[in-house]
Amino acid sequence: MEIPYTVDPRPDTGLFNAKMGIWLFLASEVMLFGALFTTYILLRVGATEWPHHELDIPLATLNTAVLISSSITMVMAWASLMMKKFNRYKLYMGLTFLAGVAFLVIKGFEYGHHFATGELPEKTTFLAIYFTMTGLHGLHVIGGMIVNGYFWGPGSKMWKTEPERFTNRIEVAGLYWHFVDLVWIFLFPVLYLL
Amino acid sequence: MDSAHSEDIQKHVRKYVVVFVALLALTLVTVAVSYLDLSKTGAIVVALIIATVKGSLVATYFMHLISEKRMIYMSLILTAVFFAVLMGLPLFHHADPIIYK
Repeated sequence: MEIPYTVDPRPDTGLFNAKMGIWLFLASEVMLFGALFTTYILLRVGATEWPHHELDIPLATLNTAVLISSSITMVMAWASLMMKKFNRYKLYMGLTFLAGVAFLVIKGFEYGHHFATGELPEKTTFLAIYFTMTGLHGLHVIGGMIVNGYFWGPGSKMWKTEPERFTNRIEVAGLYWHFVDLVWIFLFPVLYLL
Repeated sequence: MDSAHSEDIQKHVRKYVVVFVALLALTLVTVAVSYLDLSKTGAIVVALIIATVKGSLVATYFMHLISEKRMIYMSLILTAVFFAVLMGLPLFHHADPIIYK
């Protein structure tokens, strides 16, 4: 059976199905991360002491820039397909994937440093929520990279047979990726700067 | 028709670049502000305002919320309501004086 409304908008929603689907998924993600932000607030308000500027701010600032850069390359990948420039798409999607790798490598350095100095989740309330939030976010980055890597590689064959459907797939993957960027935009000040 | 469409996308691309530069600049601003000697409340308010502006830029332009279908706005309004409840409820609980007596 053919999957309905992959390209044409469904009459009642005015959207192709995957776009409605990803937004509903992102709505559930807002609640998932929202619960953790609420947890953070309660833990912090109830804590007797809270670290200030003890994490590596230059490294995290660099990582923020990396993730923001990956967001613009992602949207450029989609825009390239809209302009029917497949080679440009490959370039931008490849860069998006590499930025994901860079983000994880930098985060890995940070984690490595924490582990080496004994800053483990069990040590303080702050470290517990820090590892929970950045760990969950990191898993989201890995998930996005798997999808982006597939669409850069084997999944990109669809461009030859169903270009419009493929372009929609990239838009949906992009919406997820930008959301992951958006979560980090809040995690960065909350965990590193305040 | 096709070339007009392509020009349209070109215009979008220029906006994406402007948003990108703004996001990088705001990142530096929020880091710089965190080194100022603001009060705790002041620092939290400023950092959250900057983060909200950055997040809105991402959602509005990169996620195309500037021109979306009604159905998506409706779902997001519902999400915002539930998110507000989620953030608000524990705070009400915390502010309840009976618990701490």
